Parts: sequence; structure tokens; C-alpha cells
Amino acid sequence: MKNVVIGMMLLFVTLSAQAQDIKSKNAKYDIEVNGNCEMCKKRIEKAAFSVKGVKSADWHIDDHMLHLILNEEKSTITDVKKAVAKVGHDTDEIKATDEEYGKLHGCCLYERKE
Amino acid sequence: MKKIPLLLVMLFSIVAFSQEKLEEVKVETNKKGIKKSLTMATNTSVVTSKELLKAACCNLAESFETNPSIDVNFSDALTGTKQIKMLGLTSPYIMITEENIPSVRGASQAYGLSFTPGTWVESIQITKGAGSVVNGYESISGQINTELIKPLKDIPFYLNAYGSNDSRFELNTHFNKKISENWATSLYVHSNTRVSKNDMNDDGFLDNPLGNQINIVNRWQYANAKTGWVSFVNFKYMKDEKQTGEIDFDKKRDKLTTNYWGSEINTERFDFTSKIGYVFKDMPYQSIGFQNAFSNHNQESYFGLKQYNIKQQSYYSNLILNSIIDNTKNKFATGLNFTYDKYAEFVNTVNVGRIDNSVGAFFEYTYDNNDKFSFILGGRFDYHNRLGAFVTPRLHVRYNPWEKSAIRFSAGRGKRAANIFAENQQLFGSSRTFSVLNTDGKIYGLNPEIAWNYGLSFTQNFMLFGKSSDVTVDFYRTDFQNQAVVDVMQSPQQVLFYNLNGKSFANSLQVDFNIELKKHLNLRTAYKYYDIATDYISGSFQRPLQAKHRLFGNLEYATHIVDKGRQWKFDFTYNWLGNQQLPNTATNPVNDRMPEFSPSFSVMNTQITRTFSSVFEMYLGGENIGNYRQDKAIVGADNPFGTTFDTSIVYAPVFGRMFYLGLRFKIK
Repeated sequence: MKNVVIGMMLLFVTLSAQAQDIKSKNAKYDIEVNGNCEMCKKRIEKAAFSVKGVKSADWHIDDHMLHLILNEEKSTITDVKKAVAKVGHDTDEIKATDEEYGKLHGCCLYERKE
Repeated sequence: MKKIPLLLVMLFSIVAFSQEKLEEVKVETNKKGIKKSLTMATNTSVVTSKELLKAACCNLAESFETNPSIDVNFSDALTGTKQIKMLGLTSPYIMITEENIPSVRGASQAYGLSFTPGTWVESIQITKGAGSVVNGYESISGQINTELIKPLKDIPFYLNAYGSNDSRFELNTHFNKKISENWATSLYVHSNTRVSKNDMNDDGFLDNPLGNQINIVNRWQYANAKTGWVSFVNFKYMKDEKQTGEIDFDKKRDKLTTNYWGSEINTERFDFTSKIGYVFKDMPYQSIGFQNAFSNHNQESYFGLKQYNIKQQSYYSNLILNSIIDNTKNKFATGLNFTYDKYAEFVNTVNVGRIDNSVGAFFEYTYDNNDKFSFILGGRFDYHNRLGAFVTPRLHVRYNPWEKSAIRFSAGRGKRAANIFAENQQLFGSSRTFSVLNTDGKIYGLNPEIAWNYGLSFTQNFMLFGKSSDVTVDFYRTDFQNQAVVDVMQSPQQVLFYNLNGKSFANSLQVDFNIELKKHLNLRTAYKYYDIATDYISGSFQRPLQAKHRLFGNLEYATHIVDKGRQWKFDFTYNWLGNQQLPNTATNPVNDRMPEFSPSFSVMNTQITRTFSSVFEMYLGGENIGNYRQDKAIVGADNPFGTTFDTSIVYAPVFGRMFYLGLRFKIK
């Protein structure tokens, strides 16, 4: 029994220690990602999900916003932006290279913002 | 121990939430009458309220007439109740739920669908094949879930009145009140009646029962997006009375005598259901929910000299947790079910009552790669006092091989206790003697029914001569390991019930082709092939009263909506049914014999709706406008207390052409 109590206490301590950390396990982010169509949506979400810790990724065609829920203990929002830019889609902060943009399917060649 | 109630409360909230979210999605996509998704793993079509307006009338049983996935049978010559079939199997093999709570079960199996008025319905989801494990283990050929109109989205007042030349009248009144931003309540009152006696085929028997029904529901909905709590509470009361039989039958004078043959079926039912759900803050993909349903169903009836009474008291409870593994590509639902059913059932004076209870746990995993592939793998383990301990596995897979297409596969097992008397009570309207040949089973002497269902479906959307079109091919097979066989092939004086000895299967093939011929002009067509055979004592036969070939067509046209919402809508439905195997009557005297197979025939329905404004419309329609009628609806009608009397052999409409008129009025 004693071991169980100690084990439980340890668990509690760790849990509360984690809670004090600013990093949220369910951090919400809405970031702008440029794109056009259903195909873009699939590509953007696929890229976002490839980042460890991304729990939910939903890109809206109408307002070009990517809605994310992220476990910040595993990755940062910058990691997601990098991953999305890597498949050719500009984010607010990190842009795709011209080469990556050029590889996109014809209908996905969105108008780039400078 | 104190933590357990807390945990339970938390669980309750989640379930309600996740279901709420699903509905939101549905409403947004409701442009077509029947909606089919290319991305769902299950073979599900959603019937919207728009589609429901196309059918004449008036309750759930009648709302599938414009839908090729479900076959609506002709009501038997006695009770006027329409039975539905899916993949060629009758409604006991379909899991029928109302807002995900099993509704047509046990005692309500025969008439339950006529206890939900059509105007209450917001949408219906029809899933072919095995279905989800979340609601239970009983479904074999499919699942039908009905969503009622949600109080928070309802309009303050709605009125629908209907009348037809077979003297049926219906009145639906809806009231709704938004109490606060988060609370709303609806009160729906339905009544219907058939007042005069019809005998179009001059056999001395009513074509439709006289009757009246009063049906009331009061719903309360709570939803708070800030806290994540949602809740539903429903109270229902229903009383339904039917009288049928010979025209001259007077129920006060002739009940249970041989003066005239007559029947009364009186049902009274109470329902209480509640749901509570919670969606976790910051985690919209995680929710917990708890559903509870109590019902008390009491049917008292007699059919000539036969008496049948059944009272079912039922409790159902379901606790669900929805969440994800890693990310929303991997979702799961898990939880517990509990059911309790107490049947007080008397066939004549023989007590066949029983108590059933079961407890079960389920886990369902959904993988969706957000692209071309998804699957749902579910399993449940149940312990039932009569069915024993058993596992129910089910799988649904969806793959999009190329653009605008979907291939689906499903497989699953179902197991159920057949309520042989309640499900086959149309057979009481005959001189048949009822015999159960087995004695060692736990359900009326019979063993539980067990079946496996496998399905393969392919859908392709395409442009044909510039018109948007789609084609779907579905093939499903149901294999019974055991079945409570209902044998009307042995003798016209008997119905036998026994455990399957040999093979029983149902193969169904359906080919759908739909095209938008021009804007607002849509054509739906379907061909259906059924091969449903069972090994009876007297040999292998096709299931009686099931057409092997069926054709279906529906044409709808609507004019542009002009100022103030004025519009015309036209709808035409065509059904052709091939030959049907009929029950064996070969040993009857010549005059009381039916052919081995019915003739083929077609039935046409049509409706015109005139919308005068966005709040008022009228509709006029005709059912069976070709006036096709079965030659002889009742076998041995001259001598209803003789040995050949049978009202259950109905393969075609008994009542001829029927016209109706109705109106709908709304206050928004």
C-alpha cells in the first residue's frame, strides 16, 4: 500500500509540475496559409499533421486560415509553419521557396503576397 | 468511491456534444433531398426534410417511398401498417433509432414506425450493412437513425393539415419557445383519424382500419458553447386505436364472438429520454455523453377469436467517450451500454412473458487520412441473460481510387432475440395455428438469431452530356448462422417457428443512376435484385412476399422561386415489382388458393406542391394513381371463422387510387 501511495504522490507532483509549465498540451492557433482549392486543403493539412504534436488541423478555403490544436511539449507553431511552407504554401511568417511553390499543381498556384 | 459519481457526470456530457456537432455539418449540406458523401466510411445516405415533404404522408413508415434503398411493403389487408425492408430483410433486422436511441424494438416492431409523425423529423440517416457498434449488437442489414427537429433551431409555430379520400385526416401542430440563449423547448401535437369505412374490393372487409391516434412530445434542449455542456430531455405520450375486419363488425356487440370477424389493436406508450453531454474546453475533438431512455409500451389486441397482449417496459442507457489518439486522423469512441426489457406477453391466455437484460462495452476506432482512405473498426462485448456472452466485430472501409469515386466495403456480425409473435402479428389475422417446434432455446424455445453481413459498394459521380450524374452499385450478402424461421410454406393452416436447419441467406444487388436533366429537374432510377432463400422443412424457397426484381424511378421538378417565395414543385414516383413467391395455399379448396407466384405490376404516386409564400403552402397528391389492386386480398373472406381464412397474403395495394390534399403554415 505504501508504495502505491508514494507512487500516486509522485504522479501528482509530476502532473502539477507539468501544469506549471507554460507549454500547453492543447494550444490553439489560427494562422494564415495561402492556397486555393480542395487539393491545397489536403496538402496543407497533411503537412501540418506530419508535425509531431499536431492534434487537429483544419484549413478553410474561404478565409485561408489554418486552425490548429497543438501539443507544445512536442513541437512549436514555427515547426508547423516550416512544414507547410516546405510543401509550397506561404504562411504569415515563413514563406515557401520559389522552387517549392513551382512544384504545385496548376490549380494550386495561388497569388503570392509580398 | 466518491470519485465515481463525478466521473460519471463528466462522461455524460461528452456524448451529447459530439452528436450535436455532427448535426451541424448535416444541416449545412442539405441542398439535395438525399445526400450521399464520397468521404464517409459507411454507406450512408442522408434524407433531408426537403425529401420528406415529397411523400404523401404522414409518418416514418411512409417517408421512404421516394428512396430506393428502402422498400416499403404494402400494408397487410388488416392493420394498414406499412413494413419496411432493407437489403430484402424486414425491419426487425434493421436497427431503428431515434436520435441514436433504439426506438422500434421488441413490442413496437410491427407498428413502431407509424408512431413517429413525419413533420417531427429533421433528417434520416440510412446506413446499409453492418453499421456502428456504438448503439448495440442487434442490427444485421442496416441502421436507420431519425433526427427530430431541434428546439434551438425550430420556428415558433407550424401547422400541417392533411385529408384524403380514404377518409384519413391528420393534424400536426408545433409550438416552440426560446427561453434563453441556451434553452429552448418544443411541444408537438399530432392527431390522426380515419372515420369512414372503405371496401373498394367488395370482399366485406375494411380495406383500411378505422382508427385514431394522439401523439404528443415535449422536448427541451440546452446548449452552451462557452461551457461545452449540452442536454436534451424528451417526454412522449402516444395512444393509438385501430379497428378492422368485417364492415358489419360492431366492436361493442361482436368482440370475440363469431357474429362477425373483427379486430382491435390498441396501443398506449410513454417515453422519457435524456441526454447530457460535455465537450472538453480547448479540445473540441473530445467529448463525453450519457443517454438514458425509459419506455412503457402496452398493446392490447384481438384478431377474431385470437387474443394478443404485450406490454414492454424498457430501460436503455449508453455512456460514450469520444476522443483522439495523437491527432484527429485517429479517432475513437468507447463506452458502455445497459438494457433492460420486461415483457408481459400473452398469446390467447398463454403467458410467454420474459425479462431480458444485457450489459456491454464497445470500442470503435476511426482512421481517416484526410485524403483517399478511411476505415472504422469496431467491436463490442456483451453479456445478455438469454443470448449469452458474445463479441460483435464490425468493419467499414472507404477508398477513393480516382476523382469523384468511392469504393466501400463492410462486414459485421449481428445477434438478436426474435420476438416471433410481436414481429409476425399480421399472421394473427388468419386461421393459422402457431407452433414453435423447438423447446430447448431461451427465447420462446428458439435460439438467438445470428447473421454475418458483407457488402461492397462503388459510387462514381460524372458528367453525362454536360449533366451532373452519378451511378452506384451496391452488393450485399447476409448469411444466417441461425434464424428464427417463420414458415408459411408448410401449410396454409399453420405458421411454424423453428431454428434454421440448413442455409438461409439474402443477396441484394442495387444499381442506382441519378441525373440532373436540367436545372431543378432531377431523375432518380434504381434497379434492385434480391435473392433471399431459406431452407424450410418443405424445401428451399425464396422469402415469401419478396419480389426478385424491382425497378424504381423518381422525377422531381421545381420552378424558380419568385418573389415572396412563390414556387411550384412536382414529383412523380414509379415502382415496378416482379413476381413474388406467395405462401403455400396449394392444399386449400380451389377457391381459396393463391398462385405460387404473384403477377408483376407497377404502382405510381405523384404530388404537386404550391408554395404561396415562405410561410404558406398547399399540396395535392395521388397514390397508386394507376389504380392497381390485388385481385383477392383476403383468402377465405366468405368464411372468416373457417380453416382457410388469411389476411396476411398481400403482395400489392389493397386500396385503389387515393388522393390527398394538405397545407403547411409556418410562423417564423
